Amino acid sequence: MAKMNLLQAINNALDIAMAKHDNVYSFGEDTGAFGGVFRATSGLTEKYGRHRNFNTPLVEQGILGFANGLASQGSYAVAEIQFGDYIFPAFDQIVNESAKFRYRSGNEFNVGGLTIRTPYGGGIAGGHYHSQSPEAYFAHTPGLKIVMPRNPYMAKGLLLSAIFDKNPVLFMEPKRLYRASVGEVPEEEYTLELGKADVVKEGKDITVLAWGAQVEMAEKAAEMAAKDGIDCEVIDLVSLLPWDVDTVAESVRKTGRLVITQEAPITGGFASEVAATIQDQCFLYLESPIARVCGLDTPYPLSHEKEYFVDHLKVYEAIKASMTY
Amino acid sequence: MAKDKQHQLDIVTKPQFIDGSALKIPMLQILAEDGTIRKGAELPEMDKELALKIFDTMQFIRILDERMIAAQRQGRISFYLSSLGEEAASIGSAAALTDGDMIMGQYREQGALAFRGFTVEQFMNQLFSNERDLGKGRQMPVHYGCAELNFMTIASPLATQIPQATGYAYGQKMDKTGNCTICYFGEGAASEGDFHAALNMAAVYKVPAIFFCRNNGYAISTPSQGEQYAGDGIAPRGVAYGMKTIRVDGNDVFAVYQATQLARKLAVEENEPVLIEGMSYRMAGHSTSDDPTGYRTRDEENAWRAKDPVVRFQKWLQAQGWINEDEAQKNYDEKKAAVLAALKSAETVPVPHIDEIIEDVYDTPPPHLKQQLEALKAHIRKYPEAYPKTASRIDGGDK
Repeated sequence: MAKMNLLQAINNALDIAMAKHDNVYSFGEDTGAFGGVFRATSGLTEKYGRHRNFNTPLVEQGILGFANGLASQGSYAVAEIQFGDYIFPAFDQIVNESAKFRYRSGNEFNVGGLTIRTPYGGGIAGGHYHSQSPEAYFAHTPGLKIVMPRNPYMAKGLLLSAIFDKNPVLFMEPKRLYRASVGEVPEEEYTLELGKADVVKEGKDITVLAWGAQVEMAEKAAEMAAKDGIDCEVIDLVSLLPWDVDTVAESVRKTGRLVITQEAPITGGFASEVAATIQDQCFLYLESPIARVCGLDTPYPLSHEKEYFVDHLKVYEAIKASMTY
Repeated sequence: MAKDKQHQLDIVTKPQFIDGSALKIPMLQILAEDGTIRKGAELPEMDKELALKIFDTMQFIRILDERMIAAQRQGRISFYLSSLGEEAASIGSAAALTDGDMIMGQYREQGALAFRGFTVEQFMNQLFSNERDLGKGRQMPVHYGCAELNFMTIASPLATQIPQATGYAYGQKMDKTGNCTICYFGEGAASEGDFHAALNMAAVYKVPAIFFCRNNGYAISTPSQGEQYAGDGIAPRGVAYGMKTIRVDGNDVFAVYQATQLARKLAVEENEPVLIEGMSYRMAGHSTSDDPTGYRTRDEENAWRAKDPVVRFQKWLQAQGWINEDEAQKNYDEKKAAVLAALKSAETVPVPHIDEIIEDVYDTPPPHLKQQLEALKAHIRKYPEAYPKTASRIDGGDK
């Protein structure tokens, strides 16, 4: 075991993957010898050469187009998009190409070796274009897998799974926690199952569901609620596509209540998908309406970030409202 | 002259604008429109066997295109895209490659696929979306693909394959395969951002890729000159990206063949990506959903008919004594019979089993897809008459 922050865990996972197979490639804007604007790829060029960890020209659709081609050739392509906010120029390559590659060809070709890494999320004074959480846009895309780790241990194990998974994976890294989240991480290779939710804390009164950086807010709110005698079950969804319906439904059948929290705007957010599915699966068990605690339906603001941010207080209030419904 | 050292530029002291048409790129032509070799031109090495294989493929594609346009008009298939008039571009270039080279196309390069050995039955199975289609009946007609023949499955979004070709070629280079990737696209697709991304990255990374632009004058109804671009076509862009570039007569099979052969050598031996712009004309409508009489004249079409690449090549073959009129006609008739027979046979083959609807979304279907399939099957069982193609085979049946 070693103490690592979330960035170090990601860097360590990339290092292990690249050491394991010669045809694992890592690339993006400034990800070469410089090591990326967040340093996630630092040291990789020195170790594996500039043909395996390299800079791309500044063109997101090109990064994903190139990555799709490289993965279809049989390589492992780990592409970085500098900020999730800038993934949209590559939306066509991801949604129409990566996600449909295997299906449309009848499995003649696939881009299973593709992993897209991108930092996402707010709370860092990033304004409109360094704060977004675009996961719901992609969760509407059959063929793609989406994973969002909440701490260094999860990040390393999930990223190694993502890289070697036989499907294209969008790996969204909570940049607010890059250095803030520190924990014990095994130094050797290990993997964590994609598509599996993680029960962070067991409880019997209410289920609180979150993913990525927002799990921290769910946990903090649960601690506050515990002082009021409310026993929360906190679940990290981990994977958004495919997502672990069974674990969430089982929890809600036990607790009878569900609060879902996400950083992204509420309308069309992934919380809506979860709420609709759980209402369908657990109708006779629900004792209060499913609550969604989400960002406002506005662009991500700068001066009002603190007000906009989906903090633990907002989640706590939703827990109490659900309990007293 | 002074030097700007950081940017390695020559410095001038008077303003000089470079004209947008400053770079005039000529067009290579070897086989003249009358089927003779142009003075001073050097014929690429091509033996009788290869020449006849190219001609054979040209004839086949012409028949396939004509027959399937008719089949669409009769309502037997849903859609068709013809490559009429552009046979030399795809077949002549494919002939200059090795079978291990990857082909990535747009949707008007069926000639390249036929040259590689895709059979008339395979073409028909895809066009009829039946259960023998390699693509499992999921995509519209003419979206062919075949891993065995290194022909990447076609997709409708334009230009997306161009940066993919750069990435594929990067993998070939790193794996030291000795192969290259050829990527076809039209002059309309070259306006997409993916074209820019792809060529720039290919030049920066020095990948073994050949970018083959079929400039056929139109993107559906949009004429290339003045409405698709204001510059001198596509070729000058290659130069601007720092890429070796050539413009050829796309209706001249020898010019296409020679340019591609040299490009392949540059790509594979020097890791130099190459841009080839083949000038041609889209003789038919854009697709069976398009009527070109709404945006261009018969006179214009007739002028290009005189430059027909297949007629031109046939004249040369006859002058060589490698084929005569009767033999060409006999081959044509035989191929036509084979196309008609395959058409009749393919349309009787059932569509893929309904279970295929959830396969290949992922490497294995996740639980939610299995549940959705079961719900769909329960629904079909309830209303079998509404779903005649799948209902009878839903529970094993004749699967």
